Amino acid sequence: MGELKTNIKIVGEPEGIKGEGFFATSLSKVIALARANSIWPLPFATSCCGIEFMATMASNYDLARFGSEKLSFSPRQADLLMVMGTIAKKMGPVVKQTYIQMAEPRWVIAVGACASSGGIFDTYSVLQGIDKVVPVDVYVPGCPPRPEQILDGFMKIQDIVKNESIRRRSLPEYKELLNQYGIE
Amino acid sequence: MALTSEIVLSKIKEFLGDDLFSSNESFGMLAVIVSSSRNYDLLEYLYKESSLEFTFLTDLTGAHYPDKKGSEFEVIYHLHSLVHNYRLRIKCGLPLENLDIRSMVALHSGANFMERETYDFYGIIFTGHPNLKRILNVDEMDYFPMRKEYPLEDQTRTDKEDKYFGR
Repeated sequence: MGELKTNIKIVGEPEGIKGEGFFATSLSKVIALARANSIWPLPFATSCCGIEFMATMASNYDLARFGSEKLSFSPRQADLLMVMGTIAKKMGPVVKQTYIQMAEPRWVIAVGACASSGGIFDTYSVLQGIDKVVPVDVYVPGCPPRPEQILDGFMKIQDIVKNESIRRRSLPEYKELLNQYGIE
Repeated sequence: MALTSEIVLSKIKEFLGDDLFSSNESFGMLAVIVSSSRNYDLLEYLYKESSLEFTFLTDLTGAHYPDKKGSEFEVIYHLHSLVHNYRLRIKCGLPLENLDIRSMVALHSGANFMERETYDFYGIIFTGHPNLKRILNVDEMDYFPMRKEYPLEDQTRTDKEDKYFGR
């Protein structure tokens, strides 16, 4: 038997009042905690940023530390759409369809220059940033970004998830945002 | 006997007569410029003539020369005679007003996608093609992007200084 590890960090409890046998906090904080530490990403990898993401998933960088060991290759179960790589205009509707198929709450991260702005592909065939078809929460710059940067972007998403009001998705502002992209 | 440019050129000249406009040889590869109305006849002849046997269509593409009045567009065929290990280029000029040229699909099935691609990028109409529609670009595209009058840069780009990028 190996030694027991004592230096493993786990997610701390949210703010609240505790005493003998009870702990009281607000529902939104509990939900935020649960959501932020069990994000199931859908990797939409089309090129070299996808290779960096593979390194991010693998043991050296280990995305599983953030509660995301379960990559969902079905949009139905995914919480986070990670678009990594050049999106050609022909691929644009596919990204949008994938986003529509995801259940609320859902987040989007654009990894790399191409997904964020079109990158070096300032040309007729390439979508100039995925924010032309879906709303984006976090942009990760780089061509391609290092796994550390992808993890940093992922942690930014966790911050957003933690601090998002649980009512946000039913607000008229949110509906309006989706309507801008033609999503009902 | 190895096939040489002289033999191929004389055969083409004999077959086409005045429809062979000119020829040149660059990088050791013969190129012939022929009338666009004889493209199918010529490729069929080169395919079936037992001493030539150009049975493989390596490539089919287009080109746009906006300053070449009367033949602004060009369709280029690359042929390979696998038996004789000899390669040949055939170019057909087309005027801007009439971009019709006979499809090669009946002879070379491999021409199907290449002709669709050439149509997609240059707007050249291959008459007799079974399914002439866009292949690489989005179906909604309303222009032919490889024509020189259209800018390479995407006009919807928002994060660059427009004046430096042809917008």
